[in-house]
Amino acid sequence: MARLTINGRSMEVDVNPGTPLLWAIREQVGLTGTKYGCGIAQCGSCTVHIDGAAVRSCVIPVSAAVGKQVTTIEGLAAGGVLHKVQQAWVEHEVPQCGYCQAGMIMAVAALLKDKPKPTDADIDAGITNICRCGTFQQVRQAIHAAARA
Amino acid sequence: MLTSTPKISRRSFVIGTAAVGGGLAVGLKIPFGADVVRAQDGSPEITAWVVVRPDDTVVIRIARSEMGQGTLTGLAQMVAEELECDWSKVTTEYPTPGQSVKRKRVWGDFSTGGSRGIRMSHEYVRQGGATARTMLVQAAADAWKVPASECSAANSVITHRPSGRTTTYGKVAEAAARLTPPAKVALKDPKDWKLIGKSVKRLDTLPKVTGAQVYGFDLKLPGMLTATIKDCPVFGGKVKSFEAAKVKGMPGVRHVVPVGDSAVAVVADTYWEAKTALDALPIAWDEGPNATVSSATIAEQLKAGLDADQVFVHNQSGDAKAAIGGAAKKIEAVYAYPFQNHAPMEPMNATAKYTPDRCEVWVPTQNGEAAFAATLAASGLPADKCEVYKINLGGGFGRRGAFHDYVTQAVLIAKQIPGTPVKLLWSREEDMLHGRYHPVMQAKLTGGLDAAGNLTGLHIRLSGQSIITAVFPQMLQNGKDALAFQGFWPTGEHSLEYTFPSLLIDHAMRNTHVPPGFWRGVNINQNAIFLECFMDELAHAAGQDALEFRRKFMAKHPKSLAVLNAVADRVGWGTPAPAGVHRGLAHFRCFASYVAAAAEISVSGGNKVKVHRIVCATDPGHAVNPAQIERQIAGSFVYGLSALFMEECTVKDGHIEQTNFNTYDSMRIAQMPKVESIIMPSGGFWGGVGEPTICVAAPAVLNAFFNATGRRIRSFPLKNHGITLV
Repeated sequence: MARLTINGRSMEVDVNPGTPLLWAIREQVGLTGTKYGCGIAQCGSCTVHIDGAAVRSCVIPVSAAVGKQVTTIEGLAAGGVLHKVQQAWVEHEVPQCGYCQAGMIMAVAALLKDKPKPTDADIDAGITNICRCGTFQQVRQAIHAAARA
Repeated sequence: MLTSTPKISRRSFVIGTAAVGGGLAVGLKIPFGADVVRAQDGSPEITAWVVVRPDDTVVIRIARSEMGQGTLTGLAQMVAEELECDWSKVTTEYPTPGQSVKRKRVWGDFSTGGSRGIRMSHEYVRQGGATARTMLVQAAADAWKVPASECSAANSVITHRPSGRTTTYGKVAEAAARLTPPAKVALKDPKDWKLIGKSVKRLDTLPKVTGAQVYGFDLKLPGMLTATIKDCPVFGGKVKSFEAAKVKGMPGVRHVVPVGDSAVAVVADTYWEAKTALDALPIAWDEGPNATVSSATIAEQLKAGLDADQVFVHNQSGDAKAAIGGAAKKIEAVYAYPFQNHAPMEPMNATAKYTPDRCEVWVPTQNGEAAFAATLAASGLPADKCEVYKINLGGGFGRRGAFHDYVTQAVLIAKQIPGTPVKLLWSREEDMLHGRYHPVMQAKLTGGLDAAGNLTGLHIRLSGQSIITAVFPQMLQNGKDALAFQGFWPTGEHSLEYTFPSLLIDHAMRNTHVPPGFWRGVNINQNAIFLECFMDELAHAAGQDALEFRRKFMAKHPKSLAVLNAVADRVGWGTPAPAGVHRGLAHFRCFASYVAAAAEISVSGGNKVKVHRIVCATDPGHAVNPAQIERQIAGSFVYGLSALFMEECTVKDGHIEQTNFNTYDSMRIAQMPKVESIIMPSGGFWGGVGEPTICVAAPAVLNAFFNATGRRIRSFPLKNHGITLV
């Protein structure tokens, strides 16, 4: 059993505290926007925010999230209004298959918090998610657009 | 999605959630309205492709699968173009394979591979739209008691021109659905297209940015359990024994079951519980004779084929061997291409529910009909007792088209727990170890030059795997696999785009125990490297410019010449490159399209490659949605350059050694070149888009690498030579 705060809601989650946060979010809480891609923090599909910082939830145990604010892709839009990164993603038609994009968007949202006007070098250093469809050209354009928004 | 109860139990997430398949079943004939086929919400079907709702919403049926390539939107554009409907009110749905069987394949082929989504169905889907428009207009004319020829349709509004009266599709749909479809309809001249050729926004973007899109991995069904599986790591091996008792008491574990004779699955309340137990489960394997095979033994097997006498010849003109034998200068090179895994971001998965009377499967698949066939075979039930619900894919790249091993497994597990839906999820490790790999191929290329540097003959000897032999042996031509020669055909959609003084292209088929599959582009990936790098080698040996050398053999190939010229012009071929930057070219014909690329790279320290810019041209005949074509082109360089620099599946003791992205890497944004697309549809034919461009990525960069360093690399990936993409 663990008390988690996810997207602003506090809840008791019936799970072994050693379970990766990713699977607790997907299976116990039922929020499936956060994706499994590798399980070893290589691909970034599982990226969520803990206290505003991007983390790869497939290697973070539930116990490490107790007492902290967890935000998933479902919690990024506020009051039914898309986050500016999501909005830029729609305008630039970034997703292809879309499977990695929740993680990509969460990573970018965290980057923009640290660096509101990122350079290309900042993007290269800060965004290391894998996308097999190869959306990177649109990702870069959309990051700059979101930074201007 | 959270319930109002703060305490969330392990299983509560499945309770009260609707079956995702619900909205997918279409075309159910329900007993009201004479001969009208109705969608599930009762709206009438005008043709198999078009349902019109009373509020003027148009539902367009899509038989192919959306896996990121945009075919859902492109095919809807094709139907809507002829239907003359309001694009802002278009939505789509997948017909099910079971319905297709019942309706004598009214939606045609479901398979989504070979870049065929649009090019193989453009005519009948446009007819589906045109037929529906004709019927809707006729219904309005009938109501007004005027000739249909006095009526026209645009934006879902029908107008009687002489009187100015109007009505909408939604209002006449019921009457239109009762009409007999016209036997023949005329399709628009391409010059009159308003929607085809336009970069309208994709129809499926929003749920992909909110997390709302349900992939196979995300499926929830009431009472569902989750399974994960280990198949014998050595292909062809079997399970000797496993000790279920050791894990049956672990949290959440419900069942430990054999799957066929080669795999074991743990079925639990959640994936994580199933995976934890499977990791702890002692399994003894009977690995069989393939356990002695390694990459080295396979390489030796292929190498022997390079000089074998027994071969399949697919393209021959003149006496190339004699021409090369008598040449002033003989150039020879041996190339080798590795096994590669598709590694789509979403690992393989399928959900199955079995009872003795019915078997249902929910699966992300590139071919619903093939998934249906796998369901029938594994369940042992007839077609009228099976159904498959397609789910959009988290990437496919060929892995989810001809192969439905994960469907078979899911059904075999579900059969052991009748009545309970079981979602089978593969780990990334299972996905890496049980792919259907890009075939291995070696090639020896031999060319002859006369004293003046003119090419006298070319011989390309392929030695390696045949996908067709392994997957569709009925398609072999007296044992020959024509697909192994993609891009080298004398004529047809994969034709060789040079006319040489003499030519011989042959294949020594050398199959292995590692199962080959259709990997985005298929055999063009290695064939374009072989030919287009060797063309540069010949040009270099002849002391000629790589572009000029190619052009000599392209007089009879104007469309290829046009794309090649387009990239050369745009990149500034023949003019000085920026300091430290070097260029390379490549072109190829495949899937009926013509593609060319020019790369600009710099190399530091002799082995760190920065790809600055790629200019790519494509002539796909017709460009249905240019914005999506641009994305397919840019993405092709990610997939193609990841393969060139980073990706190889090696074999040790009969199994694949790479188990995850830490040993099977993929390009990141920092390594992404600027890709400039030139889309130059010349009309008159329909070519593919999803795959062709991928094959020019590697040779264009390899030729630039030679121009930068003087090093000609002939085996891949480049990481094996200490060369990295930065």
